[in-house]
Amino acid sequence: MTAVEPETAVEITVDGAAVEAHPGEMLIEACERSGTYIPRFCYHSRMSPVGMCRMCLVEVDTGRGFALQPSCMVPVSEGMKVSTESEVTKKAQDGVLEFLLINHPLDCPVCDKGGECPLQDQTMAYGPGETRFVEEKRHFAKPIAISETVYLDRERCILCDRCTRFADEVAGDALIHFMGRGNHTEVNTFPDEPFASYFSGNTVQICPVGALTAAPYRFKARPWDLTETLSTAWVDSLGARVAVQASRNRVLRVLGADADAVNWGWLTDKERFGFEALNSAERLAAPMLRDTADGGVSEWSEAGWGEALDRIAGAVGAAPPERVAVLGGARLNNEAQYMWAKLAKGVIGTDNVDAQLGDGLDPAVVLGLPRATIDDACRSGGTVVLIGPDPKEELGTLYLRLRHAVINDGAKLVEITPVATGLSHLAQHSLRPRPGTTAQLVSALVAAVAGDEFEAGSTGVDRSELEAAAQCLAGADDGVTAVLGRASLAEGAEVVEAAAIELSALPLVRFLPALRRGNVIGALETGLAPELLPGRVRLDGVEDGGPRVEAWPRLPAAAGLDAAGVLRAAARGDIDVLVLVGADPLNDFVDRDLAYRGLRGAGLVVAVDLFMNDSSTLAADIVLPAAGPTECDGTFTNLEGRVSPMSRKVTPPGTARPDWMIAADLAERLEPGSTEGLDSPESIRAELAQVSEVHASLTEEALNASPVEGVLLARPGATGEAGGWRRSGRPTMGRSPVGRTEPATGPAGREDPPEEAPEGAFLLVATRTMYDDGTMLRHCESSRGLAPAASARINPADLDSSGLDEGAAVRVVSDFGHIEATLTADGRVPAGSLRVNWLAPGAPANALIAAGTDVTVVEVEAR
Amino acid sequence: MTLSPANEALAAEIIGWFPRARSALIPLLHLAQEQDGYLTDDAMRRVGELVGATPAEVKGTAGFYEMFRFEPVGTYMINVCTNISCLLWGGEELLEHACESLEVEVGGTTDDGMFTVEEAECIAACTEAPCLQVNYRYRGRVTPDDFDRLVEDLRAGRAGIDGHGLLARVRQSIPAERLAGVLPPEQAREAPVWLARNGAAS
Repeated sequence: MTAVEPETAVEITVDGAAVEAHPGEMLIEACERSGTYIPRFCYHSRMSPVGMCRMCLVEVDTGRGFALQPSCMVPVSEGMKVSTESEVTKKAQDGVLEFLLINHPLDCPVCDKGGECPLQDQTMAYGPGETRFVEEKRHFAKPIAISETVYLDRERCILCDRCTRFADEVAGDALIHFMGRGNHTEVNTFPDEPFASYFSGNTVQICPVGALTAAPYRFKARPWDLTETLSTAWVDSLGARVAVQASRNRVLRVLGADADAVNWGWLTDKERFGFEALNSAERLAAPMLRDTADGGVSEWSEAGWGEALDRIAGAVGAAPPERVAVLGGARLNNEAQYMWAKLAKGVIGTDNVDAQLGDGLDPAVVLGLPRATIDDACRSGGTVVLIGPDPKEELGTLYLRLRHAVINDGAKLVEITPVATGLSHLAQHSLRPRPGTTAQLVSALVAAVAGDEFEAGSTGVDRSELEAAAQCLAGADDGVTAVLGRASLAEGAEVVEAAAIELSALPLVRFLPALRRGNVIGALETGLAPELLPGRVRLDGVEDGGPRVEAWPRLPAAAGLDAAGVLRAAARGDIDVLVLVGADPLNDFVDRDLAYRGLRGAGLVVAVDLFMNDSSTLAADIVLPAAGPTECDGTFTNLEGRVSPMSRKVTPPGTARPDWMIAADLAERLEPGSTEGLDSPESIRAELAQVSEVHASLTEEALNASPVEGVLLARPGATGEAGGWRRSGRPTMGRSPVGRTEPATGPAGREDPPEEAPEGAFLLVATRTMYDDGTMLRHCESSRGLAPAASARINPADLDSSGLDEGAAVRVVSDFGHIEATLTADGRVPAGSLRVNWLAPGAPANALIAAGTDVTVVEVEAR
Repeated sequence: MTLSPANEALAAEIIGWFPRARSALIPLLHLAQEQDGYLTDDAMRRVGELVGATPAEVKGTAGFYEMFRFEPVGTYMINVCTNISCLLWGGEELLEHACESLEVEVGGTTDDGMFTVEEAECIAACTEAPCLQVNYRYRGRVTPDDFDRLVEDLRAGRAGIDGHGLLARVRQSIPAERLAGVLPPEQAREAPVWLARNGAAS
C-alpha cells in the first residue's frame, strides 16, 4: 500500500484515533492500513467491492449519528467517525456469522480449508459459540467437478461472490455464475460447459471457505503441517511471485503472492499446478550413460557423478573449443546461468552458446531497446502496442494485468498480430498483417504517426484501419509501450526484429520483451547467447576497457553460433560435444528436421535435465539429473529485468544436483582453480555482481530489502535523455553497436515475402497454447490431457472454398514436412492464413518450418 | 432447438431497441420461452451469443426469475389463483377441479403434453375472482363448468390463445421516435427524443 499524501489526505477517526486515508478509498482499506482489521469474506482488494457478506459492518458516523454500514462499500470522507468495537458492531458481526453458518456444514475436521479458513477463524474471533438453528441445512451433491482441476462443494459455499467475480472481472471467463434465487442460490456452471479457464486455480485460493478445492491438493495435507517459502514461478518469463508450500519434503501446493509490480497475487493454472511435474516418479535421479558409437545404441546404465563428469570433461578437453556447443539454459536460475556461461565461454572458450532455440529474438534487440516494466505497460491511460504472442496463451498473468489496464484504467491497446488473440475484443485497433509483412506494416504505421506518406503495400491491412491506429498512437503523449515477441513461430525472428527497430523510431517508445521461455531474460543478461558476455556486454566490446571478467581464465577467441548455427554445424559433423541444458531441440527448435540432423550428427551429446525428453531419448550419450526450481536456491530475472528469489523448499530426487554445481564441477575438472570460492548461490551472485555492471545492484541487502517485489536491474535505455527514455535511433548493447545479425532496417533490406499464398495454399501461423505437449506438462498429472488436439484453423470463407468439411482429418503439408490435424473453421484467423498450435500432441508444427525462412506456405490435403 | 429464423429476425430487432445488446437478455429469453415453452440449453447458448454473455451468465440471470422455466411444460400453462380474493370465491376448489379433470398434480403436465396446471399467487384480478391465466391470458369468474368448456375450446383450438404464451412486451412495436436510441448513455450528446416530447420530469 502506498503512503498517504499529506496534501490530499482525508482524516477520519477510527475507534477514537485519528487516521489519514486516501481520498475515495474504502473504509475497510483505510482501517486496515492504520492497523485495525475489519473481518470480511467477500471483500478482496484486487476486485471491486460488492457488499455481499455483510461481515464488515461497522458503526459509522458521518454527522448524523452512528449507524451500521458495510465498510467495504463506504468511501472515506473528512471527519468520518468509525467504531469497529462498539457493542452494536459486535452484535452485528455475531449475527452475520450466525446467519452465514445456518447452511454451512460443520465438517471442519475433514475440510481442506480447516486451519486456514477465514470462516472458521472469524467465527472463533467474532462469532457465536453456538447455533440456534435446529432445522435441516441445505443439501447438494458433494463435491462436483466444475473443471478438470477445481471441485465445488456447494454446501460449504457462503455465496460471497469472490470466485464468480474473479471469473467475470479479472479473468474475463464468466463460466461460473450464481444460479437460482433466495435459499436456492448456488454457484454453478452451465450444463456441459465446465469452468475451463486458464486462471481457475485463483478461485480456489481466494475462496474464504472450503467450497472450492483443487485436485492436486485435495486431502494431501493440513495447513498447519505445511511450511512455506516465497519463490518465483518458473513456467514463463513473467516471474509471478509464489508461495511454495511443502510438507515432509514434498511440494504440495503453490499459491500466488501479491507482488504489486508483477502478478497481483494471481497465477495461471500452469504456474499454480506446474509443481506436480517436479514430484513425478519419472524425474531423473542419477547420471546415466549409454554407448551410441558404431551405429548401435546400448541400454542406459546408471553411473556415478565422478564417472559421468570425467567422461564429459575428457571429451570437452579433447575437442577444440569451437567444436563444443551449449544449447538451452532458460530453465536455470541466474546463478546457474552465470556458471554455465562462465564454463562455456570463460573455461572451455567456446562462444557456441544459445539459451533460445530459434523461438526467441536476437539478444541485441532484446537487450538494446529501451525496456519497459509491466507497470509501464499497464499504466493508467497508457497506450500499448502488441507485436507478439497472445498473452492469454503464453504469459497469462500479463494478460490479466493488461486486461485490467484496458478495462479499468483507460489504457489503449493496438494489436498487430497475424491472428486474433485473447485481447482482441478489448483492442482499440486490431491490425492483421499477412505473415511476413509485420515489419512493413509497422514501418507504414510509424510513417503515418509522423504524418508522412505511407503505403500499406502488401500487408493486407486497410489504409483506413492503419490511419486510425496511427492516430491512436500519435495521441500517446507519454509514449507507447510495445509488448514484443514472436506471435507466430512460422514468421522469422528477423521480421519481428525489423518491426521492433521500425517501431523504436516512435518518440518515447519502450519495449516489454514477451519471450516466453522461463528465465530467458536472465540467460541473456548473464551471457548465454552468442557474442554476449554477462551484463549486456558484447564479446568484441571487451578490448576497449572491457567488462570485468578477470575472474574468467579466458574468453572465446572468435564469435560463435546461435542455435540454428550450432545445429547446422552439428549436422555437418562439426560439433564434437553438444550439451543440452534443459533443452529439447526436437520439440522446441523451430526446424524439426534440422534439430534431428543436428542431434544425430553431433559427437557426444550431454543432456542436463529434470526428465528424459524426445531429444535426449534420440541422441544423448550422457544424461545428468538436475535439481528443479523448488529444489535449489537462486534468483530469477523476469521479462522486465526484475530479479526475485527462487527458493529451495525440498531436496532433489536421488543424486540430482543444482545446475550451477554441475557447471562448477565440470569447470574445475577442465581448469582447476577456475571456480575457487564459488561454492554457493550467494558467492556466485557476488561474482556476477562484480563481473556484470548490470547486476551490480543485485546485493544481498537489496534482495532482503525487497523480498516480494524483487530488485529491478538497471534497464536498457533507462538512462539518457527525455527523463530516462530513449528518443529514437538504433538499439545499442554494451559498448559497441549491434553488429552480428544487424536486423534489417526495414522491408527493403529483406527479400519480400510472397505477395500472397498461391491458389489453394495458405500462409502458416504457428501459435503457442497455454497447454501443449511439452515435457513438463506431460508429467503434470492434473494438466496432462488439457493440451488441445492438433487443429488446422482457417477462415470460414476459406473453408467454404476449400471443398473440405469442418472437422475433416487433413494433412498440412509444407515444402519441408507435414503434420496431421483436424480442419476447423475459425473466424479469428484471417483469410489466406492457416493457424496450427505449436507442439500439439502428435503434430509438432516445427516439422513444417525451415530455420531461416520468414514465411511458410502450406497446403491442406484430405487424408 | 435454437431460435427459428423468424425469431432470429425478431431478436435482432429487439436488440436494436437497447443501447447495449446485453440489455436485451430478458426479452430474448421470453422469446425463447415462447418458442419452446421453456428455456432449452441450446436457446440459452444462442441468446448468450446474441447479447455477448456466457451461457453461465444467461442461465444465472434467468434462474433469478420464477417465470422462466428450465423443464418442458404443456402447450397451455394454466395458472389458477388461490390468493385471498380467489380463495374466498372458490379458487382452491377450482384448482382441485382442474387437477382432477385433467388428471394431474399441481405443477404437473398432462400426458398428452397439452396442459400444465400451476397454483398462482395473486395475479391482480381480484374483482374477477376466482380467476386464472392461460398462457398469460386472463379468464375471470371461472366456475368448474367454465373451466371444462375452456379446456374443450383449447383442445379444439377455439379459444384464440396461442401455444406457449408470451409477455406482451416482446412483441410490442416501438415507433422510431420512442426508441431510447442505440447510443450507450455515456455517449449521448442530447436528451432522448421521448424526453423532449413528454417534457422534463417534474
